[in-house]
Amino acid sequence: MNTLEFTLLVGMGSLLAGFLGSLTGLGGGVVIVPMLTLLFHVDIRYAIGAALVSVIATSSGAAAAYVKEGYSNVRVGMFLEIATTVGALVGAAVALHLHVSVIAVIFGLALIYSAFSSLREKPEHTTNVAPDRIATWLRMDSSYPTAHGVTQYHVRGVPLGFALMFGAGVLSGLLGIGSGAVKVLAMDQAMKLPFKVSTTTSNFMIGVTAAASAGIYLSRGYIDPGIAMPVMLGVLGGSLVGARILAGATVRSLRLVFAVVIGFLAVEMIYNGFAGKM
Amino acid sequence: MDQIMAVLLRSGVLLSASLVFIGGVIYLWRHDLPVTNYRVFQGEPQELRTVGGILREAGKFHGRGLIQLGLLLLIATPVARVLFSVLAFLYEKDWTYVAITMIVLALLCYSLFGGGGL
Repeated sequence: MNTLEFTLLVGMGSLLAGFLGSLTGLGGGVVIVPMLTLLFHVDIRYAIGAALVSVIATSSGAAAAYVKEGYSNVRVGMFLEIATTVGALVGAAVALHLHVSVIAVIFGLALIYSAFSSLREKPEHTTNVAPDRIATWLRMDSSYPTAHGVTQYHVRGVPLGFALMFGAGVLSGLLGIGSGAVKVLAMDQAMKLPFKVSTTTSNFMIGVTAAASAGIYLSRGYIDPGIAMPVMLGVLGGSLVGARILAGATVRSLRLVFAVVIGFLAVEMIYNGFAGKM
Repeated sequence: MDQIMAVLLRSGVLLSASLVFIGGVIYLWRHDLPVTNYRVFQGEPQELRTVGGILREAGKFHGRGLIQLGLLLLIATPVARVLFSVLAFLYEKDWTYVAITMIVLALLCYSLFGGGGL
């Protein structure tokens, strides 16, 4: 295989990953690392560097669309970014000292969690909970557009959300993923934000979190231009096409297929990690 | 404000993708060799790790240097967004959030310019 063939194959795989990731809402980043390590036998450190870069690209692209629509809660996002960036710095620093097999196993477990959470039903909790002292002091309560007009909501559980976000940041820095699933869990479940607000704010935060760890990965020489180039262009292109084709439509069967694929990849990553094949 | 932020994010991604693409074409043009063995981790050479080194490599129109410059610009896009938020909160005289965004900005700058030694 020469360099051109390698670049084109990785590019096409990334295009597909970005396309499916944006259709299913899982993001393209989660498939990139297993694809590069299992299929192309790339060292997991290069794979994580390339995935991080693609996560920033898709997140910034999508965030541009969401801030306009008025869904994302900028105050909540900014406050929680303290937790995610510190977490990302810790995660990236820890990743430098962990054995690649350990990273592979943790990655597999995180994949299973994202696949599982993407299939869970997400009822919109409309219960307007009472105001919270910390959230009021930080002026986090806000409103968002719904079918019934602009709806007010209160934010709760700031300390728990903050702690969960630290965890999301660590995972992001350690594995090169956006950790969107954990971010949504923190905002949706712990802080009782409306689901649409949670997902868009999470997207808004992913780029900043990934940038925090990408800086460290770059200075440590984990970001290889030969791999990151086709991955970044492929995922970005695929996610743009995916967003155009099915804007907001729910594709349950596709999501199921994608979750099953991710489940398989996860098992293989964990197996390879334990077998010392990474 | 939101409009400016959307434009900022979009142009950052667009500009970096173009740089990566141009760098990629040059890289493939000149790199007609068997594929590098990525199975073995070696790490990037020093000139592709630091902001100054990447700028010098890109200035020589080396494919890998240009790609790396595009990626650096991509990493800088969220940083620019946070910087913009600092200004937006300053404009609103929301001092709590000026402080919060400054902390985030400081953490990002630490990662980009001084985090290598961790």
